[in-house]
Parts: sequence; C-alpha cells; structure tokens
Amino acid sequence: MELLQDMFTDYTLRTVAMGAALLGITAGSLGGFALLRRQSLLGDAISHAALPGIALAFLLTGSKAPLVLVTGAALAGWLGATLISSLTRMTRIKYDSALGIMLSVFFGFGLVLLTYIQKRPDANQAGLESYLFGQAAALVQQDVFVILGIGLLVMLLTLVFWKEFKLVSFDPDFAATIGMPVRWVDHLLTGLFVVAIVIGLQTVGVVLMSAMIIAPAAAARQWTDKLGSMIGIAALFGAVSGVGGAVISSRNANLPTGPTIVLFVSLIVFASLMLAPNRGLVFRRIREWKAGKNLRVDAVLVDLYTLASQHTSQEYPHSERVLNVMSSMSGTARRTLNLLSTLELARQIDQNQWALTPTGVERAERVIKERFGTEGTL
Amino acid sequence: MKQEHPAIDVRDLTVAYREKPVLWDVDLQVPSGVLLAIVGPNGAGKTTFIKAVLGLVHAAAGSVLIHGEAYSAKRKRVAYVPQRGSVDWDFPTSVLDVVMMGLYGQLGWLRRPGKTEKEKALRALAEVGMEELADRQISQLSGGQQQRVFLARALVQQAEVYFMDEPFQGVDATTEKAIVDLLRNLREDGKTVVVVHHDLQTVPEYFDQVMLLNVRRIASGLVEEVFTEENLRTTYGGRVAFVSAVAARKES
Repeated sequence: MELLQDMFTDYTLRTVAMGAALLGITAGSLGGFALLRRQSLLGDAISHAALPGIALAFLLTGSKAPLVLVTGAALAGWLGATLISSLTRMTRIKYDSALGIMLSVFFGFGLVLLTYIQKRPDANQAGLESYLFGQAAALVQQDVFVILGIGLLVMLLTLVFWKEFKLVSFDPDFAATIGMPVRWVDHLLTGLFVVAIVIGLQTVGVVLMSAMIIAPAAAARQWTDKLGSMIGIAALFGAVSGVGGAVISSRNANLPTGPTIVLFVSLIVFASLMLAPNRGLVFRRIREWKAGKNLRVDAVLVDLYTLASQHTSQEYPHSERVLNVMSSMSGTARRTLNLLSTLELARQIDQNQWALTPTGVERAERVIKERFGTEGTL
Repeated sequence: MKQEHPAIDVRDLTVAYREKPVLWDVDLQVPSGVLLAIVGPNGAGKTTFIKAVLGLVHAAAGSVLIHGEAYSAKRKRVAYVPQRGSVDWDFPTSVLDVVMMGLYGQLGWLRRPGKTEKEKALRALAEVGMEELADRQISQLSGGQQQRVFLARALVQQAEVYFMDEPFQGVDATTEKAIVDLLRNLREDGKTVVVVHHDLQTVPEYFDQVMLLNVRRIASGLVEEVFTEENLRTTYGGRVAFVSAVAARKES
C-alpha cells in the first residue's frame, strides 16, 4: 500500500519507473525483430559504439543536456552498425568477428575520450561516466518525455511497416523479388534499433543496454508462436522489468537501478525458459517422461501378448523374469508391471506370475496394429 | 506482337565472386508454356543463375527480359520459390500467414492483408493439398509440407513466370507428386517454369526443356535433343559411371 502511494507521490520513483517502463516497451518490441533476424548481438555492438559519440558530443558542445548526448550516441551507434555491415560485405571478415571488432574499437575509443575529459580542469564534466552503467535516479521529467516521444514514434513506425518488417525478417530474398525495398527497410529497422538503444543509455548504461533488447524478446518467444503476440509480450516484459527494477532499487538505496532492471528481466527469461507451456524445459521434460512411460507400458503389454499368443489362453500367466529378459529396458519390468496392474491392463496371478486382462489384450492389439501395422495373432 | 518474345530471355549473364567467375556468359531463351529444368553438378552456379536473373545477386554483365521487357518492370509477373533451407522455420508464424506474404507486393505500402487475401491464400493452399494445415505453426511442418507452403506462396502471386530452386530436394512421395501435378497445371495455363533440379533420372519425365549448366551453359533446348550422354559427360566431367547409368536408363 505504501509502495503504491509512493508511486504517485514520490517524484523520483515515479519518474524513474515511468522512464524505465517506456524504455522496456520500446526496447522489448524492437528486440523481437532483432532476435528473429539473428541480430541480438548487434544491440550490444551499437550500445558500446555509442560511448565515443557521447564523449565527442560533450567535447564539441560543452553541454551535458541529455538530448545533445543522446544525439551524439545515436550518430556513433549508427556509424558502428553501418561499419559492421560494410565490413561483412566488403571483406572476408564474418559477421560475428565484425561485431566484436567494432564493439571493442568503439568502446575503447570511448573510454579513452572519457578519461581525457575527466582529466581536464573542468568541473562541468562530472557525471559523464554514469553513462557506462546508467544512473536512473538522475532521470527528470523532461527525459521521460523524450523517451515517451521516441517510444511512440518507434511503435507507430513498427505498426505502419508491420508486414515489411515481418517479411524482411523472415525471408529477405523473397521480399526483394516482390519489389520490397529490402535495403531501405533494413536501414529503417537498424535506425529504430539505434534510437531504442540510445534512449536507454542514461537509465541502463552502455554496458548492459543490450539486455533490454534481447532478454524480453527471448523470454516472449517461449510463450507464443505468433509474431504479434511475441512483440506484445516482449513489450510487456520490458515494461514490467523496468518498473520492477525501479521499485526494488528505490526500496534499497544500495542497489543501482540499471543493473537491477537487467537482473529482473533475467529472472523473467529464466522463468520463461523453465515454465512456458510449449517450449519450457519443465513441461517438455514432463511430456517426455509421460511418453517414455507410455512406451514402456506398451512394450511390456506387447511382450505379455506375444507370450500369451504362444499358448491357448490369454490368461496364461508368465513370470516376471521372462519379461525382464524380453524387455529391452531390462530390470524395469517390475515397475511397469505394477503400473499395468494399477491401470487394470494386467494382473498378478501369484508371487511373480502375470497375465493380461481383457482390456490389456485390447490395448495390446491396438498397439501392435499402430506400431507394426499387423494384426495380433491371439 | 507480344507472342514473339520468349517468356524468359537471358543474355550474356556473368556473375563473379571476387575474381572467380561463377557464371560465365550464359544465354537462355525459354518460350511461354514450357517447363525447363536446370541441371549441373554442385557448384555449377544453378542457384546463382536464378538469383542473378531475379537481381538477388549482382551480375557483372548481362541482361534479363521477361516477355520482352526488363525484369524490373515485370517483377510482379515473376514468382520465386527459394530453397526451403534458406529461411528459419522456427519463425513465429502460421502457414496461411506465409502464403499471404506472396501478396504483400500487390498490397503495397500501409495496406494489410484482409479477407480477400485470406481467400486467395486458402485457394493456393488447396492447390498444393495443404488447406487443412492453414492454421498450423510453420515449425511443425515436415520438409515436404514446407516446400508446398513455399509453392503456395508463389502460386498466390498469379505470376506468368516461375523460378523454383530445388523444389524436389528431400521431399516425400506425396509432395513430389503434388509438385509434378502443379507443374503440369501451370504449363496448361501457359505459364513458364524454370526449375533447378538435381535428379537426372526424372528430367525426361517431368520437363520439356533442359539447360545443362556448369559455370557456362553446356547446352539447352528440348530434352530429347540436348539431354544426351555426351552433353551430360561434358557437364558432369569425371563422374562418368553415374552419367552412363542415367543414359542407359533413359534409352531403355
């Protein structure tokens, strides 16, 4: 209750939570396309490449206004992304190497500039280094409006060019043959990507921003097989982590906001990998276990049936030892036999003699027909 | 007047990868209503040929005319069926959705596929025997079904000329038959189809014309005339035993 009240009355918390939520929505929805285009790491390269842009913007203008620094970051991020794609196209360097080279060259250059700026006898420079890990607490209402404006623009463009983004992500060659300007759409997507990243630098920082792009989308992919829902869920996860991280770090003065947001979204990723109904590990294991159990039941049923068909009566009992020998899963027949008797497919005649019940015979015949395509011979 | 132009008229098409030519000076004329197979060994440039014709690969030289006009002007009359392995089938979308992608070019900017597009896509799916799987996730399809979805996506474009890259690659018998029927229907409707094909044995049965390609065009024309042991030997080089086996089967 107190927390809810704080959300409305505490200016800092409200501003930070709003900013982080809008950021999560923007980054999450674009991250969906990045993930599907196998460009997740491009976000990392762009955000690292933005650092020298921030430093240069400050050196050239002497201003620390977020809009100025973010513009510098965007230009440098865009340059980095463009260089990566030209490097891949024009040399023999592969995409992943090009990413690594650009990331470290730009980031290194950014750090050099940052150190140079800090050594200058200029009191105004304090605080630039907060772009490394972000400093959400410093967000003011005006910053939130900038994030809101850019976020709305990104979403509007995503809706307008929905089918173009979808087709260029799925099958760019085909898109080109039906006359879609693939290069242009590609530039637009990369541009939006750069914008979504740089608006997050102030809050989350250069080093961790790519998590806001990749993580919500990767988590969302677990829950749905529809592109629209995936982008929607990614935006939701982004928003929830933004608010969650902001709230948690406001409760504990020692926790930095940006990294807390990233930890929060990582938690969502972990939960999604485990618990999502179709793709989640837990349900997949359960399905596999059930399928395995069914296979074992069927195998022992068919064994019993085969044995019985050597005799005149289906009631003819057989010992567990024989079944263990026949079963390819040796030694496990007892457990399966117990299961069979619970299912009333077989019954125990005495200590270790077993026979099929009429329902058991029916099921065995069905299994033989389905698996081997022949009729039973009992 | 229009009938005098071949459906496809490729001249001097040359593609180089770095300094090495991948396609050298290839000419090909295909009349309307013809099914043509492109055959040749691995690395002969079959896929590159199709991609260069469609402008997906930069050609160092050459021209492409479709029904007498530049390809860029006739783009909407040309449909492309890429190799099925060229996309990620784990993409979050449905069969119907992929087929409707074939209509995005006609829709133009801003317009979204609606009821009409959905009906067209369902009809195309019916032509390849997949209408019941319209709502299925593409990640759940078998290889043959994936191939038929790609074919439906091309059919929905209502094109005059079709380029198909290895549609028979690794498909089941049902799909193979569906594709053969489809090709014959297209021919009956006067369409022109160019197919990259890897199974030499079925060339005489499925196709009217053939182009033998190995960087250069070795021969092209009616199957009866150019699909000879000698031409195959020139195309495939050392793999003589394999070629003779095919030739022997063809004669018997």
